[in-house]
Amino acid sequence: MHNQPKYIPLRETHFFKSGRSERPLVAGTVARGQLREDDLLYTGKVDGREVNEFPFPVTEAVVERGQQRFNIYCSPCHGTTGLGDGMIVRRGYRRPPSYFEARLMNAPVGHFFDVITNGFGAMPDYKAQVPVRDRWAIAAYIRALQLSEHATMQDVPPAERDKLNAQPSAPGSK
Amino acid sequence: MQIFHRSANTLSKLSIFGGLLVVGLLLLFMNAFESSGWVTTQNEIQTQPIQFSHARHVGGNGIDCRYCHTSVETSAFAGIPPTKTCMNCHSQIFNQASYLEPVRASYRTNTSLRWVRVHDLPDFVYFNHSIHVNKGVGCSTCHGRVDQMPLVVQVQSLQMQWCLNCHRHPERYVRPRADVFRMDYTPPTDQLALGRKLVAEYHIKPVADLTSCSTCHR
Repeated sequence: MHNQPKYIPLRETHFFKSGRSERPLVAGTVARGQLREDDLLYTGKVDGREVNEFPFPVTEAVVERGQQRFNIYCSPCHGTTGLGDGMIVRRGYRRPPSYFEARLMNAPVGHFFDVITNGFGAMPDYKAQVPVRDRWAIAAYIRALQLSEHATMQDVPPAERDKLNAQPSAPGSK
Repeated sequence: MQIFHRSANTLSKLSIFGGLLVVGLLLLFMNAFESSGWVTTQNEIQTQPIQFSHARHVGGNGIDCRYCHTSVETSAFAGIPPTKTCMNCHSQIFNQASYLEPVRASYRTNTSLRWVRVHDLPDFVYFNHSIHVNKGVGCSTCHGRVDQMPLVVQVQSLQMQWCLNCHRHPERYVRPRADVFRMDYTPPTDQLALGRKLVAEYHIKPVADLTSCSTCHR
């Protein structure tokens, strides 16, 4: 009763040589609803060139989702501000570039999507850990981080300024 | 003629109570045995292929639960990371350590690491992680302070009566969604007031539904 003869996730099988009850997709097949026709959405490129547009409208909710996912998957190396001083870098991983370098400030947004999807330099790919729409949300949040680096009070909508002033400074920030 | 001696009266009375006592003690013993760590594997340390330390990764390095357990918000199974996830960092960090050779071997040869399951519910329980974390049940509520565990142990009994504690009184345990993955969360002093508010806000089902057999058993 406790262990029934059925497969729950990651339970071992003796039927297949690899011992895995989870089976990979048969080569050349596409699961229903998983056809990736939309190049812009799935690759961040159109005609082989990185695009500088989003495949869906970027709303406040998208940026907030991006912030949350960035803090989970990216901040260990890139740091919560994007300077490239995350905890794993302090433990010895090769330091990634800051998002505020001219090269990355000028990079099209599709570039960030492509790097998350396929990796870049020392950075591994995150396509297995971060779903497609979340990758775009993270790219949007990276853009927000880049904007905030050189933002002044004039960039903040007047209605929001009091909120900023009212907040106590977070530990470690000035 | 007297067949039994007079003292037999006392003996017979004693044996009635004695019998009840024995049955009672036996029931108590069975109950204690069933809920003991020997049966529930509570607090039992499992030998893993690698002594993976959550204390180091979560407590020391501040890695979010979801970095590795990627499907916890969207599916029944929280997800055990593939070796690729380990190699994200360990391709560079401690990449010569003999301690981590099983990880590198698993990655090179595309064979699975055989982790030993610590939290093992019976197959007739259809537990779903996503509904719990999306309704404000924190990781640490069931799994304890994993960020302080060099080796993960099961801190709760995982017995049905333990599940029902919360299914009968969700307001005593739920926390704001934003705090679900925080390991150091401590419930506020007015937990009941907050809990009742969150139960309404998150549309947590009435107790009659939460304690219905088919909620967990199908």
